[in-house]
Amino acid sequence: MKLRRSMLFLPGAKAGMLSTAFVYKPDCVMFDLEDAVSLREKDSARLMVFHILRSHVYQGIETVVRINPLNTPHGLKDLEAAVRAGADVIRLPKTDSASDIQELDAQVERIERECGRVIGSTKLLAAIESASGVINAVSIATASKRMIGIALAGFDYVIDMQSQRGDKAEPELFYARCAVLHAARAAGIDAFDVVYSDVNDDAGFLKEVELIRHLGFNGKSLIHPRQIDLLHNAYAPTVKEVSYARRVIEAAEKAEREGVGVIALDGKMIDAPIVCHAQRVLQRAEASGVRR
Amino acid sequence: MRIITEAVAGTLESSDLLVKVSPSREKTLEIHVTSDVMKQFGTQIRRVVDDTLQGLAVTDGLIVIEDKGALDYAIRARVQAAVLRGAASKELNWEQLS
Amino acid sequence: MEKEQIHHLIQKLSAQCPDLGSLRPFAGVDGNNPHGNDPQQTRQRKLCATLEEAIQRTGLQDGMTISFHHAFREGDKVINMVVDTLARMGFRNLTLASSSLLTANAPLVEHIKNGVITQIYTSGLRGKLADAISHGLMKAPVQIHSHGGRVHLLQTGEVKVDVAFLAVSSSDVFGNANGTRGKSPCGSLGYAKVDAQFAHQVVLLTDTIVDFPNTPISISQDRVDYVVKIDEVGDVSRISLGAARTTNDPRELLIARHAADVIESSGYFKQGFSLQTGSGASSIAATRFLETKMVNSGITARFALGGITSSIVELHEKGLIDILVDTQSFDSAAAESLAKSASHLEVSANEYANPSSKGAFCDYLDVVILSALEIDTGFNVNVITGSDGVVRGASGGHCDVAATAGLTIVVAPLIRGRIPTVVKRVTTLVTPGESVDVLVTDHGIAVNPARPELDTRLREAGLPVMTIEELYQRAVGLTGVPDPIQFTDRIVGVIRYRDGSVIDVVRQVKE
Repeated sequence: MKLRRSMLFLPGAKAGMLSTAFVYKPDCVMFDLEDAVSLREKDSARLMVFHILRSHVYQGIETVVRINPLNTPHGLKDLEAAVRAGADVIRLPKTDSASDIQELDAQVERIERECGRVIGSTKLLAAIESASGVINAVSIATASKRMIGIALAGFDYVIDMQSQRGDKAEPELFYARCAVLHAARAAGIDAFDVVYSDVNDDAGFLKEVELIRHLGFNGKSLIHPRQIDLLHNAYAPTVKEVSYARRVIEAAEKAEREGVGVIALDGKMIDAPIVCHAQRVLQRAEASGVRR
Repeated sequence: MRIITEAVAGTLESSDLLVKVSPSREKTLEIHVTSDVMKQFGTQIRRVVDDTLQGLAVTDGLIVIEDKGALDYAIRARVQAAVLRGAASKELNWEQLS
Repeated sequence: MEKEQIHHLIQKLSAQCPDLGSLRPFAGVDGNNPHGNDPQQTRQRKLCATLEEAIQRTGLQDGMTISFHHAFREGDKVINMVVDTLARMGFRNLTLASSSLLTANAPLVEHIKNGVITQIYTSGLRGKLADAISHGLMKAPVQIHSHGGRVHLLQTGEVKVDVAFLAVSSSDVFGNANGTRGKSPCGSLGYAKVDAQFAHQVVLLTDTIVDFPNTPISISQDRVDYVVKIDEVGDVSRISLGAARTTNDPRELLIARHAADVIESSGYFKQGFSLQTGSGASSIAATRFLETKMVNSGITARFALGGITSSIVELHEKGLIDILVDTQSFDSAAAESLAKSASHLEVSANEYANPSSKGAFCDYLDVVILSALEIDTGFNVNVITGSDGVVRGASGGHCDVAATAGLTIVVAPLIRGRIPTVVKRVTTLVTPGESVDVLVTDHGIAVNPARPELDTRLREAGLPVMTIEELYQRAVGLTGVPDPIQFTDRIVGVIRYRDGSVIDVVRQVKE
């Protein structure tokens, strides 16, 4: 179970950030060749990301590259660079339908063959940024065996919906969030929530994190390193949750040892999903301790 | 690769470098490097630049580099970007760039 | 009694007790009074109309030693003004002993070139002056000492100050002075107090003359010879420049958070502990993180020591630190707190850090957070020369408190630009590795092998602990191994350890 709580966005053209961001230890780092890079700099940024991936500076952190859409002059070149350099995941922006993913899958496989990379080793992440994307979320999420996650991107989605981002309760994202979540769960992949752009508003950020954590999102896209620790801490289990999870695991192991089919704890039946959840809780505790 | 036009890549921000390439009239390869960390890393920077230019088979041109403490990966990337722009190259040969 | 009678008595005394020594006869109430017999004159005698007058009256000669203090830091106006004046008056071959020198003291370069200043004792050098000295400006090497070590040199007599020119925020006409009242309050006069004690003559410069007697009294009238009023003694808004600033840089905050975590798990985080933070951004930010831990655990500190910043003052005002022991006030909040809080104390550098003092506060220090320009795999620290071999820092209180504190933490980014902070061997050794316990960087934490129990505690707390060799490998893995800096054989600086011994030298850079 790969933890993907934090996905830190890094503009592909900013040397200073690329050279230093790994110290903040996000679960995933996303090198952006799309919106964060001006048209004139697409070629240069592509080479920056290509070379930093090859340099193993980000060893130990899952690397994601947000390429430009394949119907732009840049998308395919971005893809060649990212796959050949060894990126773990390709993030496709503005994914509207399953065929977008299928097309991407085919190109990735071709490149893997050409450069001798293990076929299937490059994973995919679809970013949903439109009404169509939301409606097609399930077919997108199941469009390829390479899919590891589906992300909601709020800015473009809200524009497509002819709505606007408010600051309280955000009903405008509610349906999209739920749709993306359900698609992720149906496909057995991770779900990622939108960027929170006010980097100085810790209280607002934490409120949003609380909401999406409860809904079941696996992680969130981040635009500033200081959000990483806040997010990891919010996702960290409490002392109570950890001790309960430990007891669940113990009970499961005990039942296994005794050859008993049913696991019982405190007079309640514990079935497989609860054991799985307990494992996830302990995994998060292992990664960043208990909640402070 | 032949540099046929003036081109620039990179920035003067900290940890980056600015690379300017232009065609050489004498068909020689002239490389000028200035750096914030010249004393400590001048030799290494020069080595990475030479290596990168060789990889692209650049044998003539004027290359002027202003380095702001960039790591090797950024030097490779910016030199390649400048040369590709200067050569007005449309195709990317990934073996050459690796 | 008649004069002849007394004379006769003295002769008899000498005959009876030959080893009594020479005695003088009574010559009237003011006969032997060095200050004359006009009471009005006496009270005003110290006031000089101009700096030139004060200098003349001190009888300063070529070849003598003058001293200054640096409480006004980058806002200081006095050092440059006094040396300019001395130059105009034709003085030469002076030894300048300042508690430190900053970038604002660049004008000294000209005076050195012209032979006005030929020897320097200081804790630090920065900017154009430091650059020029690193490139061979002075014939005699600069003596670089720590804050505590300076007092030691004054005590042993190696540095004999003939005239101390001390900038003070307020003074009365008799020389009672402080740093808390007046137009330009600098706060603690911790360094100036030492000069007032040891200098042969003391000239106070101030922009605020107050009614006699001035209170509080940091420098007493009984140590002062002359008082000069000038237009502005310092620009207090520039005191905090180049030091002490709150940061939002995520890297500095990451380091600060780890430093606070180290303190919490070190075993030194107990009720009534004592603390010192340096003036670097990460050191100051660490107090913010430590504050949360203090509040959550109900632990308060007995005292904070050294250079006092607004962050420390806030903790004091929140009741988390009982007492502030201040040698230098790094900003106006600190100066104001010194003025109004009865438990914010002003101490001299002797009371702060002199190893041969009868009592130095640093001996009671539990935890200190310091910065570093370089630290090597033996934990030796360089705070004086940059990676290019040029002088750009200060010894300061670094080696003093590192030697005495129970837990010495050095905080630094692993790499600055492309320059590794962790090196195989420091360019200049200022603080020996045996006084440094923990290095906290943004890439991880290293513990001095001499402290295995500390290493265990930090690892058990889940902190990212690794060996310093691993940190070094990480650094050069990213940057490559730097070429060594080329120096000539000529020595331009001598690093004096706090006990006066020579611990290293600075050589002239080869260009």
